Amino acid sequence: MENNKMLSGPDKKGHWGIFGGRFVPETLIPALLELESAYRKCSHDASFQAELRSILKDYVGRPTPLYEAKRLGDALGGIRVFLKREDLTHTGAHKINNTLGQILLAKRMGKTRIIAETGAGQHGVATATVCALMGLKCEVYMGKKDMVRQAMNVFRMEITGARVIPVETGTQTLKDATNEAIRDWVSSVKHTHYIIGSVVGPHPYPMMVRDFQSVIGKETRRQILKVVGRLPDYVIACVGGGSNAMGIFHPFVRDTNVKLIGVEAAGEGLNTQHHSATLTLGRPGVLHGTMSYLLQDKWGQIQGAHSVAPGLDYPGVGPEHSALKDSGRVHYDTIDDQEALNNGFRFLSELEGIIPALESAHAVAYLHKLAPKLAKGSVVVVNLSGRGDKDVAAVADIFKGQNP
Amino acid sequence: MKTSQNRIQNTFKGLKQKNEAAMIPFITAGDPFTDLTEELAVAMAENGADILELGMPFSDPLADGPVIQAASLRGLEAGMNTHNYLKLVQNIRRQSQIPLVFMGYYNMVYQYGLKAFAEDAVSAGLDGAIIPDLPIEEADEWIAVARRAGLDTIFLAAPTTPMERIERIAQRSRGFLYYVSVTGITGARQELPAELAQNLAMARNHARLPVAVGFGISRPQQVAMLSQVADGVIVGSAIVRLIEDGIRQGVPATALVQRIAGFVRELKQATRYGIKPGQGA
Repeated sequence: MENNKMLSGPDKKGHWGIFGGRFVPETLIPALLELESAYRKCSHDASFQAELRSILKDYVGRPTPLYEAKRLGDALGGIRVFLKREDLTHTGAHKINNTLGQILLAKRMGKTRIIAETGAGQHGVATATVCALMGLKCEVYMGKKDMVRQAMNVFRMEITGARVIPVETGTQTLKDATNEAIRDWVSSVKHTHYIIGSVVGPHPYPMMVRDFQSVIGKETRRQILKVVGRLPDYVIACVGGGSNAMGIFHPFVRDTNVKLIGVEAAGEGLNTQHHSATLTLGRPGVLHGTMSYLLQDKWGQIQGAHSVAPGLDYPGVGPEHSALKDSGRVHYDTIDDQEALNNGFRFLSELEGIIPALESAHAVAYLHKLAPKLAKGSVVVVNLSGRGDKDVAAVADIFKGQNP
Repeated sequence: MKTSQNRIQNTFKGLKQKNEAAMIPFITAGDPFTDLTEELAVAMAENGADILELGMPFSDPLADGPVIQAASLRGLEAGMNTHNYLKLVQNIRRQSQIPLVFMGYYNMVYQYGLKAFAEDAVSAGLDGAIIPDLPIEEADEWIAVARRAGLDTIFLAAPTTPMERIERIAQRSRGFLYYVSVTGITGARQELPAELAQNLAMARNHARLPVAVGFGISRPQQVAMLSQVADGVIVGSAIVRLIEDGIRQGVPATALVQRIAGFVRELKQATRYGIKPGQGA
């Protein structure tokens, strides 16, 4: 009963059990109510859905392929591995599924300016891209540290007409970029829509972003049934904020014989201070408008996260993941930096000629942990949430340092 | 149900009889070190502050502008945490009967435990609590435990809040209703919104408790003007800025305390008699 509630949520106020909700300054409440009502209207509006579908097809390139990585499967002892190729979308990651949905919504709400936060820059690029497409003004908050790590994405945002605002407070990463974006929104809420990039933030964002991303799982379900004739045994996705994972998990949540695995970043190790294993080592608390698992100290001060993958470098996680963890429906495990680099990034590049994003490399690397436990012929889907172009310079430096 | 000391209520009653608005300064606990916060609090109480809002530093203060963000960081670096905060309150309470109000983000209260925090807050000598990221929809349990402990729940209303919602917020508030002057975060503003006086008048019509106004207010003239239309005026960033300047200039602690006490005196003066054009800072 309790579990069923967890699987269907959120409730009217945006809760999954104790998780989720709307913990924001009062100034934002009317905007969130307006957004929720606009979103509910659009999700039943045929013309909205038709417009979204058409742009997803012709501009984003959906449906993305479900590709059987046979050499990978053979190398892992004869399992069948299918990669959901979100890396092949326009802009190179799943992020655009969400930014496109939200910008269509923003236009219908009559908003004239868009803001966003970004960590790795993929969400920033996806936001800047749809703003160019729709002719809306765009400003993206990005931690200064991330701007250095992801210089190429800064350029991509700027060339598509966005202004990238460096955030120099706190850890200078995604967490602080999100703080600044919220502060901006508190001041500009009348004409500005805030496109949050993951299944985090106050209600209705976690639900809405999940819904826009669940196109991934809906396609996967259809595709695997067509190719294999049955549902997969496992679906694996990396989890930072958790939007690619929610997107692929959601349409499978009720299929209880499909095991769902979320992979968090163990960074330099779970026994160090430098990881992003929020669900694995955190406790429930409130950050950025939602109740969810958090990396924090005894007093509730938020701790910095670390991962070699900037998109996983976040001390929070989507509230629905917290509920799915507590209900036992999804199993959350971790992969550290070295595993992601060697068993993910390098392994997939060498065996399949596909360079994954460092974030997605965590999900790929998890196959090494899982495969020894599987029977031959087991069917495993991995969400390849993004491509690795953005990471090649950073990874080249790391590999150079390791093999002098 | 325990009855609170009603320090906040009594303060507003007393001021009303004198036809004055409450002067409510804000400082951050532990900025730049705990003993100075204690001295500042007592000095402000002795120099005209009617209620003191004491901020608990948080790592991610998303309703705050740069000045209070920096103060939070200094407080955390000085070792402030919820436990030390309550000890500090105890020390201030020993020296002053000024109503003390907690201002802090929800996660710190939640991690401490809602019930434990409300009870310990009251035993330490706090009278009320402002939690800027806890809107009324999420506050049922907090309201229940705070009422039982005798701690006033002070909620915020903003220029974006519709009147029927202000009514609901006011119903859940005790002590006073915190009216946010601007659509934005904390921090001094050159200009306050033209419609502020009118908004405040409407809010006061809908609230059956005192309404204090805060955010963006930094000058005695603004305080004088707002004292005509609000029951209390909150000044935060402008005072915290004086602390920041003092640190930067290497001003000795005693001189800094005097400087801030003088500013509070000036602000209090403005709530009493108003200020004639051309006077004040």
